Amino acid sequence: MSVDTKKISPATSETVAGYSKQARQLREAKMRKRSTLIATFSTIAVFLAIYFLVPLAPGWEKVKQSFFNWEIFQKTFPTLLNAFLWDIAIFAWSAPIIAVWGLIIALARDARSPALFPLRLFGTIYNDIFRGVPVILAIYLIGFGVPGLGLPRPWNSPYIWGTVALVLTYSAYVSEIYRSGIESIHESQRAAAKSLGLNHWDVMRFVILPQALRRVVPANMNMLIALQKDVALLSFIGPVELLRQAGVFKSLFANFTPYLGASVIFLAVPIPATRLADAMMARQDKQRR
Amino acid sequence: MTYKLQLLDVNKSFGSLEGCKGISFNVAKGELVCLIGSSGSGKSTLLRCINLLEEVDAGQILLDGEDITDPDLDPLPIRRRIGIVFQSFNLFPHMNAMENVMLAPRRVYKTPRAQLLTTTTALFERFGLADRMKNYPDQLSGGQQQRVAIIRALAMKPEIMLFDEVTSALDPELVGEVLDVLLQLKNEGMTLVLATHEMGFARKAADNICFLDQGVIVESGPPEQIFDNPEQSRTREFLSRVM
Repeated sequence: MSVDTKKISPATSETVAGYSKQARQLREAKMRKRSTLIATFSTIAVFLAIYFLVPLAPGWEKVKQSFFNWEIFQKTFPTLLNAFLWDIAIFAWSAPIIAVWGLIIALARDARSPALFPLRLFGTIYNDIFRGVPVILAIYLIGFGVPGLGLPRPWNSPYIWGTVALVLTYSAYVSEIYRSGIESIHESQRAAAKSLGLNHWDVMRFVILPQALRRVVPANMNMLIALQKDVALLSFIGPVELLRQAGVFKSLFANFTPYLGASVIFLAVPIPATRLADAMMARQDKQRR
Repeated sequence: MTYKLQLLDVNKSFGSLEGCKGISFNVAKGELVCLIGSSGSGKSTLLRCINLLEEVDAGQILLDGEDITDPDLDPLPIRRRIGIVFQSFNLFPHMNAMENVMLAPRRVYKTPRAQLLTTTTALFERFGLADRMKNYPDQLSGGQQQRVAIIRALAMKPEIMLFDEVTSALDPELVGEVLDVLLQLKNEGMTLVLATHEMGFARKAADNICFLDQGVIVESGPPEQIFDNPEQSRTREFLSRVM
């Protein structure tokens, strides 16, 4: 838009060239409405395309029968839901252990004094091993290997040793997250705390960790969601949890619909959990204002 | 006479970066000494060495005649005797002002909570921040944060206080309130060493000025000498640039 330079005079809402404030607001509202409309239409178009195009595929009738069978879904769903309690239980007792053990590994890797070098070495080797081995392999090796030692019941339970495998593996990842949080705290915080005469452990406990842990909540939330799903891997060594139960039904009915049911159940946890974590973070931030 | 703080030929280098090359000076009890010089002249490094946050490469630092650079000494009890305040405040953001101040005395001196509350409240009152004790650092202005940082250092009852360009990160209108606190400390008999760019303050309040350039003390003496009759051309050049 060109401005007539001759006409420049003190700017008031009446004299200023171009859009007035109301005109601007009106235009913005119009643009917003238009974007919403476009988004709605394109979404509907995509879904319609999927709805009409997928059934044209040659194998659709078969897929519909074996994956989207409502009758089987109804019949198996309550039992699946019941089996999911096992996943929740395993998750519920491994998550806190991972949180603590991961922190211990992180602190071991942060040990600075030469006397504690073996601790640091242990932490490094531990993380190399357990981040390097696929989760499922750790579960097989520990879940089958340890009970193979001929331990008496209940100490040969795959629930225990499967959980141990999960804890060992996830702690390695979580300890790296803790460490990234610890390292993200600016050196000046450490200097300030040290200059007051606090010892290494107090600096860590009162100054570094409270800030670091808060900072890594979102990253650890991610790990928590991943863990929630990986609990299903224990099905490979015995426990009849959700995935295993779905597999049993699959064989029983020669139909894949129970897997769809299992997916629905697995989905029901992380979505609210993520929202809850977001809300918690927001509230924590607000409290400090 | 024995000095409160004595630096003898202190050397510290970080590769080629700002370091100290043979720094010596004395600070008597109750004196205020200002270190001036451009950025990178080694002022901050020197203060960090005195507080044992950095280990010297060579030389001695004597506190009450005792060499504190001895690597066999435990640095913790020495650091408690030497307070330091930083340019960027470095308050702990997850604690309110009061908790910032009380953490170290509580952990180090094991002061009972009731007594700690009394002394902390008194400190905040003394520096005009009684109504800010419950505020978190991000709710305070720069000047207030820096005053809390000073209170935090004072709470350890140090015998000497180091200030590393404590007004450099402040808006100009907030500098005064922090400098007033420094004056107040001097008047109460505290020994102070400042690295500063506040030439007006240095001239008015300092007992001695050390001008540093490239890691050496080019010239030192009382403010009248340094500001009015500098002997060295490097001093004159620096002063003409900053004043």
